[in-house]
Amino acid sequence: MAGKVVTISSGKGGVGKTTATANLGISLASLGKKVVVIDADIGLRNLDIIMGLENRIVYDLVDIVEGRSKLRQSMIKHKKFEDLFLIPAAQTRDKMAVSPEDMVKLTDELREEHDFVLIDSPAGIERGFRNALEPADEVLIVTNPEVSAVRDADRITGLIEAAEKGPGRLILNRIKPELVKKGEMLSSDDVFDILGLSIIGIIPEDELVLSASNSGVPVTLNTDSKAGMAFNNVARRLTGEDVPFMNLEDDPGFFRRLVRLIEGL
Amino acid sequence: MTSLLNRLFGRAKKGSGATAKNRLHFVLQHDRIHLPPQRMEAMKREILAVIVKYLVVDQDRVEIALEQRDRSHSKLVAVIPFAKEKQVQIELGPAVAAGGSDSNGAGKASEAVSDDDLREEESSDSEVGEPLAEADETSKSDTDSEEKDDKKT
Repeated sequence: MAGKVVTISSGKGGVGKTTATANLGISLASLGKKVVVIDADIGLRNLDIIMGLENRIVYDLVDIVEGRSKLRQSMIKHKKFEDLFLIPAAQTRDKMAVSPEDMVKLTDELREEHDFVLIDSPAGIERGFRNALEPADEVLIVTNPEVSAVRDADRITGLIEAAEKGPGRLILNRIKPELVKKGEMLSSDDVFDILGLSIIGIIPEDELVLSASNSGVPVTLNTDSKAGMAFNNVARRLTGEDVPFMNLEDDPGFFRRLVRLIEGL
Repeated sequence: MTSLLNRLFGRAKKGSGATAKNRLHFVLQHDRIHLPPQRMEAMKREILAVIVKYLVVDQDRVEIALEQRDRSHSKLVAVIPFAKEKQVQIELGPAVAAGGSDSNGAGKASEAVSDDDLREEESSDSEVGEPLAEADETSKSDTDSEEKDDKKT
């Protein structure tokens, strides 16, 4: 088996990389794929708690790279999915403990037995990002419809292309259709125009994402969640399926608008 | 009233989203070539300063701008229109300066080496519209001929 290594990056922090990685991992696993997710943010371990696996960690990425633990015994199996594993970041280690070559070696081994290896890149454009980028077959760039996040996404895009890993595909996260409609938020078309990247996912803002993080059960497992559905669609697109984009516009219709308008007066 | 109608029919008005888009377009152009707007302005002034040493141009209509179709295809496009009435003076230049021996030599040399340039200038001038020249071509060939001038004099 020659699995695919997909790196999830963003440049700016806090745009939802880790959430996206966790959800894509779950979605791919629920599609029957064998998946490993790697938290490459050394020093700032996060992916484990989003996935609800924080209590099971024994070894971490640095232990594996430095040969203190065997790969198999270091991978944490997900509670619900037999074929979904996590390799957590080290908590207290020096960032330089892992090199891009280490990551290539590790992912080459993981590729053998898994369909997808997802790497949650740290924010920024330094060593951690280089580690996450080097082994990538494909890069997903997470951004928000917000000026600083889009600017950083462009910066990252340049670096990805310079490393000949491009072009990346974009996950536009936390979009609020009602604000877009009012013209008070960049639309997905705007972001596409600005960045010139193809879009693999448009994720609507959804309060259920926070509840999901709180409980350590990624939102894709909640069938009521629009964000969860959108992440599922991204996962299916990653497997090569052609999935149409969800209609996020909740058009209230003329009379509802009339009522709102009268209420607003 | 129109805003009421717009709200009723769900029409989008232009809001801060459009501003965000314009600002991003601008800043990313500069980010991508690693040249901030201030430095770009300084560069334009320098380019123009060089050109006006050799040509009389219509400075109000000079446009030097970045053109970017996508991130890997950026170019700097300069439109440097000549000042029309001044153009005549340039053409008269060698004839008027024919008196002194030094300037005479220079005039001949410039005629000899920049024949093509002169023809270009004439043809562009004969166009009734706006005589435009791409900055890179005009300034380059002009600089060449000037260098040769210097050697001869």
